[in-house]
Amino acid sequence: MKQAAPLTITNAQLVTPNGIEYGAIRLAEGRIAALGAVSAAPGDHAHDARGKLVTPGLIDFGVFAIDKPALHFGGITRAALMPDQSPMLDLPSRVSYIAKSGKPDLWVHPLAAATRGLEGAELAEIGLMREAGARGIATGRRWIADSGIMLRLLRYAAMLDMVVVTHAEDGGLVGDAAATSGEMATRLGLPGAPAEAEALAVARDIALAEMSGARLHIRQVTTRAALDLVRAAKSRGAAVTAGVTPAHFMLSDLETQGFRTFMRLSPPLRSEDDRQAVREGIADGTIDLIASGHDPRGPEDKRLPFADAEPGMAGAETLLASTLSLVRDEVVDHARAIALLTSAPAALLGVEAGVLATGMEADVAIIDPDKPWIVDTDRMAASAGNTPFDGQPMQGRVTALFKGGVQVGD
Amino acid sequence: MTSSDNMPPAGSHYAGKYPAGRQAFPHRDLLGIGRLERHEILFLLDEAQQWVDLNRSSAKHSDALAGLTVINAFFENSTRTLLSFEIAGKRLGADVVNMHAATSSVKKGETLIDTAITLNAMRADAIVIRHGSSGAVDLIAQAVDCPVLNAGDGSHEHPTQALLDALALRHALRERGEPADDFTGLKVLICGDILHSRVARSNILCLTALGADVRLCAPPALMPDGVEAMGASVFHNFETALDGADVVMMLRLQTERMNGQFIPSPREYHYLFGLTKARLALAASDALIMHPGPMNRGVEIDSEVADLLDRSIITRQVEMGVALRMACLDVLTRKARGIEGWASQ
Repeated sequence: MKQAAPLTITNAQLVTPNGIEYGAIRLAEGRIAALGAVSAAPGDHAHDARGKLVTPGLIDFGVFAIDKPALHFGGITRAALMPDQSPMLDLPSRVSYIAKSGKPDLWVHPLAAATRGLEGAELAEIGLMREAGARGIATGRRWIADSGIMLRLLRYAAMLDMVVVTHAEDGGLVGDAAATSGEMATRLGLPGAPAEAEALAVARDIALAEMSGARLHIRQVTTRAALDLVRAAKSRGAAVTAGVTPAHFMLSDLETQGFRTFMRLSPPLRSEDDRQAVREGIADGTIDLIASGHDPRGPEDKRLPFADAEPGMAGAETLLASTLSLVRDEVVDHARAIALLTSAPAALLGVEAGVLATGMEADVAIIDPDKPWIVDTDRMAASAGNTPFDGQPMQGRVTALFKGGVQVGD
Repeated sequence: MTSSDNMPPAGSHYAGKYPAGRQAFPHRDLLGIGRLERHEILFLLDEAQQWVDLNRSSAKHSDALAGLTVINAFFENSTRTLLSFEIAGKRLGADVVNMHAATSSVKKGETLIDTAITLNAMRADAIVIRHGSSGAVDLIAQAVDCPVLNAGDGSHEHPTQALLDALALRHALRERGEPADDFTGLKVLICGDILHSRVARSNILCLTALGADVRLCAPPALMPDGVEAMGASVFHNFETALDGADVVMMLRLQTERMNGQFIPSPREYHYLFGLTKARLALAASDALIMHPGPMNRGVEIDSEVADLLDRSIITRQVEMGVALRMACLDVLTRKARGIEGWASQ
């Protein structure tokens, strides 16, 4: 679906890399043609932003399902898809198919499985999957336990200049844990793993990445100790980036009280101190991006005893509002909040999007940052309403979304 | 939760004096000790006394629950707890039905929620659940309309075990002439596989609520993180922990819940953590010995200690179990039975 006529969005607060600019943005032939003090040309369609924020379309780094209604509700125009699919994204043909699956109004960037079947034993055909459209390599929901294989993977990825996205939890320590060890897990009698399981994995993966010269992205860094390791690695120039999902800066393990399985996440919710550390990490740039980790689960996966339930949350719809809460809490400003959701993931994926600049893909969201709403699992666009934020008031909603200059849902 | 305004004065005997009605026992279910107030625990213990007396009489029968159906749904194997609940229900005149996981649709892939809905449709008046997963009983309680009693869920709670332990302890202390309305100042040592033990968790909550000084002892791998926050002190040296203990409660190694190696061997465990006669001498001279059973003799406890007639109250725990469970079934079904003061809840 191509843009039929140029579109000029007027009366906008444009969120650019240089901060917020007041003006308009013109989208033509699927690209950003001009922005700033521009006015609509004859024949242009016009859209009045009514003074709201105009940002790049959100780029969600690491979803587990192409759940288009939920992604669009959240203002997401591109999503990196984790390889944990059925079937797994460990063959070029599957990657190729997935890369085309969301078009035209949602672009999906597959992340290739690092190892065959994500078993952590044999390297998958990463080079061929790159040719088929993979924008990165991921270990999926699991950690590669064998350090030898991890090193070979990182060296291979460095050769191909592909980012390796890891799940950082030492599997031996985690075992069948469903919670972070501590008072709450003990009170609930839930199998717990020490928070240090994350730091151990992060330390190893950073060491191997530095040995190999690979680009390493740790998909979720959720503990103070692991954040300190990432901070130190960055300070010595290592090519390490870190992400997080809103649950880990919004919630702590206290929320697992009552065995609410929507709080069953991987990694599990952490202590309040770790939650605060994540917020500090977002503020000081240790954390590079925020992703939804969108993983809708039906009742058959969640209406189970806590430890038996599948981990994961439907996060696409609450990604923006959760991140904007960091602005109200003065952790970051609007420009940085939007960068966490747009330019940072775009850079990691190597796509021409995520920034309001001339020549970029015309993926644009209009956001009312103050619009209040209440999360309701029964009324979500997601294919399953397993949100840990059920019933929680939120602020900030996308009021219009454009992909390649064409309004989504129009 | 109950407001403290209606609490009877401290030290009183609660049964009979405790106000009936909405404030008496405001819980539909018995899911865990963690949800009970101190006076509610004492209330249940006092209520159990009438059933202790009945069970010791020749009649052993009441029609209190006549016409009611109690389902014991045990998703995890149990002998003594199931039998105890079954006898409790039958002595109260209820129709008691036992459902074993081995014969249930759960084995055919039915979800726990579906099973709960099915049980609910059969119009049970009370459902007793044992399940291998922490929180499973909560999940069932949300799906049914009748009172649910937790007979043990994973490593979470086993509330009736803690209550019966308290009842047995109270009886033993009273026989010695100690008032024992509560356990203020009593030093209780719980030793064994604390990590996997729902009995330990419920007992920590129950005993600390009643004022006891609770000590826990286990090898580090069998001691859960953060347990001190529940009000107990932690030891890894059994001899140190035993020093002056008034009560020694031994727990079984729950090897069925251990995924991986937690201790080098049962032999070594006994060497370091087994309750022997020599070790018992470190405790108070009249220290009582408890064990929720089943015992691994020669592992966590020596036979000559387990069978000490003047010190071991292990069989008394079993006896009190029936009475305490009768009390719980009685109290939780009072509203449905329309008993005055309870029906308006």
